[in-house]
Amino acid sequence: MATIHDVMPAFELFQPTSIDDAVSLLQRHRRSVWALAGGLDSFDWLKDRNKRPSVIIDLSGIEPLRGIKALPDGGVEIGATTTLTEIANNAVIKEKFKLLADAAGLVASPQIRNQGTLGGNVSQDTRCWYYRSGWTCYRAGGNICYADTPTSINREHALFDANRCVAVNPSDTAPALIALDAQMVIRNTEGERVVPAEEFFIGPAIDITRMTVMHPGDLLTSIRIPATWAGAKFYFEKVRDRQVWDFPLVNVATALKVSGGNIQESRVVVNAVAAHPMRLHAVEAAIKGKAQNEETASMAGELAIQGNQPLAHNGYKIPLMRNLVKRALRAEATS
Amino acid sequence: MAEEKKYKYIGQLYQLNDLVAKVTGRAKYAEDFRAEGMLFAKLLLSPMPHARIRRIDTSAAMALPGVVAIITGEDMPKPDAPQALGEGPAQRANTAPEVAIASEPLYQGEPIAAVAAVDELTAAEAVQLLKVEYEPLPWVVDAIASLRPGGANARAEGNVWKVPQVAELKFNAEQVAELDAGRIPMIDDAPTTWSIGDVDAALKQADLIVDETVVHQSTGHQALEPRTAMAYWQNGKLYLHGSTQSVARTRSTVAQWVGFKPEEEDQVIVISEYTGGGFGGKIPGAQSMAIPAVLSKKAGGRPVQMRISREEENYIGRARPGIHLRARIGFRKDGRIIAMDMCAISDCGPYANQGDAGTLGSTATALYNPETIRFRAISVLTNTPPRVAQRAPGGEQASAMLEPLISKAGRQLGVDQVEIRKINAPSTGSEFGAPPPAAAVAAAKAAGRPAPGRTFFTSCHLSEALDIGAKTFNWEERKKRNGQRVGTKVTGVGVGLGTYTAGSINMDGLLLIRPDGKVYVQTGVGNLGTGSVHDTARVVAEELDTPWEHFEIVWGSTGKHVAWSSPQAGSQTIHAHTRAHLAAAQDLKQKLQEIAALEMGGRPESYTVSNGRVGRMTFAQAAEAAIKRGGKFDGHEMPKDLNGMTKASVTALAGQGLIAAARDNFPRKGNTQSWVASFAEVEVDVETGEYHLVDYCAATDCGTVINPRGLAAQLHGGGVQGLGHVRSQKWVYDQRYGVSLANRFHYNKPPTILDVPLTEMKWAAVGIPDPQTPIGAKGIGEPAICAGAAAAICALTAAIGDDYLRRTPATPSMIVACLDAKKRIDEGLVSHV
Repeated sequence: MATIHDVMPAFELFQPTSIDDAVSLLQRHRRSVWALAGGLDSFDWLKDRNKRPSVIIDLSGIEPLRGIKALPDGGVEIGATTTLTEIANNAVIKEKFKLLADAAGLVASPQIRNQGTLGGNVSQDTRCWYYRSGWTCYRAGGNICYADTPTSINREHALFDANRCVAVNPSDTAPALIALDAQMVIRNTEGERVVPAEEFFIGPAIDITRMTVMHPGDLLTSIRIPATWAGAKFYFEKVRDRQVWDFPLVNVATALKVSGGNIQESRVVVNAVAAHPMRLHAVEAAIKGKAQNEETASMAGELAIQGNQPLAHNGYKIPLMRNLVKRALRAEATS
Repeated sequence: MAEEKKYKYIGQLYQLNDLVAKVTGRAKYAEDFRAEGMLFAKLLLSPMPHARIRRIDTSAAMALPGVVAIITGEDMPKPDAPQALGEGPAQRANTAPEVAIASEPLYQGEPIAAVAAVDELTAAEAVQLLKVEYEPLPWVVDAIASLRPGGANARAEGNVWKVPQVAELKFNAEQVAELDAGRIPMIDDAPTTWSIGDVDAALKQADLIVDETVVHQSTGHQALEPRTAMAYWQNGKLYLHGSTQSVARTRSTVAQWVGFKPEEEDQVIVISEYTGGGFGGKIPGAQSMAIPAVLSKKAGGRPVQMRISREEENYIGRARPGIHLRARIGFRKDGRIIAMDMCAISDCGPYANQGDAGTLGSTATALYNPETIRFRAISVLTNTPPRVAQRAPGGEQASAMLEPLISKAGRQLGVDQVEIRKINAPSTGSEFGAPPPAAAVAAAKAAGRPAPGRTFFTSCHLSEALDIGAKTFNWEERKKRNGQRVGTKVTGVGVGLGTYTAGSINMDGLLLIRPDGKVYVQTGVGNLGTGSVHDTARVVAEELDTPWEHFEIVWGSTGKHVAWSSPQAGSQTIHAHTRAHLAAAQDLKQKLQEIAALEMGGRPESYTVSNGRVGRMTFAQAAEAAIKRGGKFDGHEMPKDLNGMTKASVTALAGQGLIAAARDNFPRKGNTQSWVASFAEVEVDVETGEYHLVDYCAATDCGTVINPRGLAAQLHGGGVQGLGHVRSQKWVYDQRYGVSLANRFHYNKPPTILDVPLTEMKWAAVGIPDPQTPIGAKGIGEPAICAGAAAAICALTAAIGDDYLRRTPATPSMIVACLDAKKRIDEGLVSHV
């Protein structure tokens, strides 16, 4: 644990201009390397001296990692270093996949959205304040969870899937991407692989030191959103303590296909209640074919919270999650 | 409503003299200074809440190339007398004074060593090489936990202040039973206890008794500019660039912290032209200013810059004491308060006693003028960062905790929220505060003098402020919206009051007209963002009937020969320095007239001072004449009653022009206090607990308005800060490890510009001049935060009901939990959650 949380330690900086160069640098230095996008998660770790990579790969000079382009099937592909502001303001995304524009537009603050990237927002580490303070908890390689003792302050922590670690995924865009069936495009020196957004995020049971399937040497290059949900009925909501510069207490992202007042298909995803965004398959199955009304919404809300295991200070997340799922599914719901 | 008095400058809009520098970035704050050969300092902070430093091995750090000096607690001068710092006459004492680098750290995050090196990176790497041997000592971070039998004491001497001593106090079984029932016990032997009238008898007659225990969190000051400082030594003098609220009042504290004798304090030059907020946390500068000064001395006088990070600021940047309050309030059915019975327990951190809990009691009398009151206060020590005055110390807590109880009573009695506050409002001449000390009464009796009474208000127009606010806010119409629900959103409309001390007296003014014809206002007032350093000089323009372009404000350094000033704290400045500047301006005007008569003949009073001239003589010519004539005209003679700092400045400036220096000897009877009545509309989402401030209006009784724009900034800035205190701002400790968790802005969540209403927030001023001060202006820096916090929480309870919220901050999580369970769900009496 660092005894001083200020001034970035020295590191070797690489500023590649191509994806190939970035990937080979990541591979060559994989023992102690850090990929830097907008810097909003990275600089905290570096300036706090709690993570000390010897090599930083700055991705900001790689043009092919930026931008939003249309795909032939009617979907879009978003470069990993495209800023959240660009996504929130993009006409095509606003028209077809408003869910993502809404989520990106509610991240942190205007300044942070100007600097922060989509790739960074989905790859960011948890904000558990014990872990981020540099305590050697399970996630940091130790053998204790400081956030799960009788005196821990864990208001922001997990209701579900805790496994030694009780931290949550704080991303706003992640649940929206899962709801849109997004595909995460990952490159390394072996080649490219495409991972469904839902499988991209992992919990502590799979690997307690990582939030995603990305290994050292991997680079998230883009995110593809298929046409599947284009123009569907979307709802995104984020509940937070203040209007700006705040992570979600709980957020919800839904995509619905409704016909004749009945829900044909749906995606219902909630974040900040587990170490990974939670797609609520049981809710989706239960509302399939049901009329979109208060009764269905209430039933979905109750179903959503089944199996929760609250900590000392996060019991409020149960009614909050229930209510968010309920209101996302109401007929009049618009975000 | 305002008394008609035509002013040309007072009360008029103008452009503050430092505006362009601020908006163009030309303004230099402490961190912006660079000097040749400058070193950079970094701190090692204690990882433990209480420990003795057995040994610090600095050899590895010192061996790192680029490291120049390292200091530990042993290098720091030890203050030999108890310090009396901060604002107001509140009780203060300190048996173990804080030293900037501690040998026995009393809270996690307290500095225990500092390194100066050629750059920040080297300094930081060196800090990591320091090897410290700690001896852990008992600690406690929760005031209530410390009062329970078996609870730890923050210091070896005990856990509570019995001024001037620290003593041990533990609750008995009966009192613990009260705690376990969620109530603060009304203990009979609290260190502070006073009463007025027969409270028990009054309670028996009450038509309604509201009896509640309320918890107010501690809140960090969180000024945007941290307490960065740069220091160097030249020819035995210490030059210190720092961030301070008051330049004049920082010299002696820095001298003391660095080890000068009191008579040597003029060897310290404090430079602070711009300060990025203080809110009470930098009143006499910051104790940490001693660190670069001592490091620089050890480095042979080389300049040392100590940049303070946000996390460090969270530890050493001071905080408001949290308070647990039990209040039993008896009302008559018309809403009149006939009895207040209270016990307040405050968390003062590990060092000086703080007056907040005591001030809460006197503030209650200034808000409600209760027929009887019994008040008890306990100041508890904890191993958490030092508390000091924060914008309305004790006053903000009083408003945030008591006002919702008044609102509840109003609803239960069927009395309108504005009316119940008017029926209890004090007025000009009302007595307030604690009764005079028994010793003073006995002494008067023994000497055959009449017994001293309670203090009273110089002026009070709270009722008028409520009226003008209600009108501006359209209260009668708006209150009909209370409880209206649209979808999941419920509207709440509330009013909240705030009051605080508003002015001191007997400060100095110093004016100089140089041969360039300009009037130099030499002021030791700090430029902490309120504008008072400029605003108070408008009085001089008014008295000399001369346009603002003729004036230069000389501020920002004790090396610039400035006048002694009040602290920029306790809302003192507008009052103290409109008076002091008027005294000096009257002296200047008279000297101008005398010079004109001497030069041109006739009687002095026949010459008019106006537009940069006295008669036909320009100010430039008058300055030349003053230099020629010497004596009292050019500063070679001066009044004997000036403060030493002013005298030294006059001496230094003597012979440079026409000099006027005067002490404010205007009379004042009573104590000066201002009021704010704020109105808020909030919208609460009952399914998520989120709520937003939809509209806000603050109405004030602060006497004569000096600068309307500055007043609006104080009213609204304070209001938003108060909103933050009750809504999102947080102070969080893990009680197993005794460490702070909410160390960054995104964890401790002060409000931002996007938390304020999109509509323009309104304000109004009663505008009745205070009769006990010549210009009639009263200070307004503080009561707005009280009223803002109170109005927000009262609007919130109006929307969701009176029985859910007994703690602040009232976060969405607390609200959604309560609304879902339809009962109060919170953390009880536990602190720092």
